[in-house]
Amino acid sequence: MKTFKKYIIIGVLLFIAQTIFAQGPEPVEMADALRQSGKIYVVVGVLAIIFLGIVVYLVSIDRKLGKLEKEIKEKR
Amino acid sequence: MRNMKKNWWKIVAVIFILYVIIAGFLMPVPTLPILHETIRNLYFHVTMWFGMIIILMVSLIYSIKYLSKQKNEYDIVASEAANVGLFFGVLGITTGMLWANFTWGSWWVNDPKLNGAAITLLIYLAYFVLRGSIDDEEKRAKVSAVYNIFAYVMLIVFVGILPRLTDSLHPGNGGNPGFGKYDLDNNMRLVFYPAIIGWTLLGVWIMSLRIRMKKLQIEKLEN
Repeated sequence: MKTFKKYIIIGVLLFIAQTIFAQGPEPVEMADALRQSGKIYVVVGVLAIIFLGIVVYLVSIDRKLGKLEKEIKEKR
Repeated sequence: MRNMKKNWWKIVAVIFILYVIIAGFLMPVPTLPILHETIRNLYFHVTMWFGMIIILMVSLIYSIKYLSKQKNEYDIVASEAANVGLFFGVLGITTGMLWANFTWGSWWVNDPKLNGAAITLLIYLAYFVLRGSIDDEEKRAKVSAVYNIFAYVMLIVFVGILPRLTDSLHPGNGGNPGFGKYDLDNNMRLVFYPAIIGWTLLGVWIMSLRIRMKKLQIEKLEN
């Protein structure tokens, strides 16, 4: 009985939400709520890690090239 | 990092891009229909093109320098800069297609800006075909330097002028020059300008690596 009541309440709330949504000019949907509860920080973190990985990779290439340049210079 | 004095700009590039990744996602942006959160692509898609145009300008300058001084080093810089510029352009057109699909509803529309960008990339692709087809070093350097000047003029015409003369879906065209609509927002400026500097410097870094690699290759061939 309790769960039944719950479903009715949810149904009514959903109906109200729908009618409210249908009224007035549609608001532009942004990810405001998503940023609070949608774990967007995780994506930012992933991107930051990927970028830092690329940077580490570039630095290692940079150093290897520097070493090669030094070796060639010393050879002469 | 012993060469801090020489490499400071690489650190600037990394810090700026890291800032752009974090602030670009989390700072408030104007709420506009159709665009929604994709307006944040301004920090990533648009900056690819800005980086491309700046790096290709480096290529142009070194082509002109080569024609006046005939130094082999200038030819190397010009070709490697064109290479990185083309890479940025490919990234720009790919990200633009993705963006277009979810805002305009199609991967490609017959739009002067889009077609102009595609033609420009093909022109720069032809630069490398041209270089690959000439064996004689001096001849290759001279012909490709002249072609590179032509290519940059075409870039300005196809990306900068023609789309502005007609109507275009793409912002910043068709009697609507500049980025006025977005750029008016000072919050976006705070991220957009560092984004241009950061991505461009990253391109210059990759370019410098390629130049050094090329020089080593040439040195190896000579010895």
